[in-house]
Amino acid sequence: MNWILDNLPRIGELTLAHLALSLPAVIIAFVLSIPLAWGANRVRALREPVLTGTGLLYAVPSLPLFILLPALIGTSVRDPLNVVIALSIFGLALMVRSAAEALDAVTDDVRTSATAIGFSGVGRFFTVELPLAGPALLAGVRVVCVSSISLVSVSAVLGVSSLGSLFTDGFARNIIGSIVAGILMTVVLALICDLLLVLAGRMLMPWQHSRRRRPLLARAREVAA
Amino acid sequence: MTNILEALEWLLTADAWSGPGGLWVRSLEHLGYTLIALGISAVIALPLGLAIGHTRKGRGIAIVATGAARALPTLGLLTLVALFTGIGLTAPMVALVVLAAPSVLAGAYAGVESVNQATVDAARAQGMSGWQVLTRVEIPLGLPLILSGLRLAALQIIATATLAAYVGAGGLGRQLFLGLQTYDYSVMLGASLVVILLAILVDAAFGLTQRLLRRVPGLAGPGTAPGTGTRSRRVRANMTAN
Repeated sequence: MNWILDNLPRIGELTLAHLALSLPAVIIAFVLSIPLAWGANRVRALREPVLTGTGLLYAVPSLPLFILLPALIGTSVRDPLNVVIALSIFGLALMVRSAAEALDAVTDDVRTSATAIGFSGVGRFFTVELPLAGPALLAGVRVVCVSSISLVSVSAVLGVSSLGSLFTDGFARNIIGSIVAGILMTVVLALICDLLLVLAGRMLMPWQHSRRRRPLLARAREVAA
Repeated sequence: MTNILEALEWLLTADAWSGPGGLWVRSLEHLGYTLIALGISAVIALPLGLAIGHTRKGRGIAIVATGAARALPTLGLLTLVALFTGIGLTAPMVALVVLAAPSVLAGAYAGVESVNQATVDAARAQGMSGWQVLTRVEIPLGLPLILSGLRLAALQIIATATLAAYVGAGGLGRQLFLGLQTYDYSVMLGASLVVILLAILVDAAFGLTQRLLRRVPGLAGPGTAPGTGTRSRRVRANMTAN
């Protein structure tokens, strides 16, 4: 406990480094997954290859990928960029499938109605399909966010600074407080980011929480199914 | 790219594979750890998950537990346990089981829950006991998702078993960390490629098993009946979300 109090500045510093590695990866994964998922749904022949391909990426273990990337993109082994790219790949592997399924779940009736009242293809996608797929997309991003934050730590064994450095230092110098602080901060960080995502979801999708319309929507969905 | 060629060159030398510390021995160790950890996780989590799915009780706790396990950093858990148990296999095994068990658990309860309620009711109406419903209806029909859980767990274990060497155990991580400490990138990369290959092979083996099982009549049949497709997809989505 004393160790934690004595090292608060270092813990804060490492927390920021941790965020700098994980958040860009989450954003990249999310932004890239939408066009990929859209394309996979649009061109049916591509759907299975894209989904299986990205699924296979998820089977690649993180530490070996951190080591493989330098050979592919010419960075050094201790470059934080490897971690960001590797985590983006993992995030993408998870996110493409959920995005494809989320966009696919928008019923044809809705699409046809939107076209009938004059939406163009692009306009329909951004104003109708994307918002309707929103809740499922949010669920996907939440998973990616939490798992990215916990995965970053592994890169500490290669010497990349993050909360994971508290584990390697603590193990090397036999300081339990350091490891406990690292675990606690990682979990707290994951919880805070998750909570922020939920709040952002409520702000962007207020219709999800208006109680009067919810049962009606649910009923409409049942009838449609 | 030259790095990859050098690593492949190293992988093609006989020295890299032979001997007590060679890649063969380390690969077998790695697979051994994976099997043991997967076995322990299954023994703990399968009965629990099946019970949760069958009785529909305790689902909330299971979701919280699997979510918390996802947020838990592997390396932290590993080093923490290692400080108490010392160098060796205990710490990696504890970490591996803690990380893998939630996936098995989620797969088991999601699998049982994915079975069409009408099918379960029909089995009851025919006079099956709770145990018979579980073993003859819910487990066979829920098998695809139960296996998905085990598959995910196996992948997590293979990935994490690489870290076992960090706290003094064996496995392919040995070569990887050896390369790291001696600044020998081709050894590091070569070992990494073997781990990746191992993970992909195990994943493919599970994929093949699942595909073959789908052909067995009576397994997962009604789960694909009209109307239940979206439901099982939703359950699967929930499983990964948890």
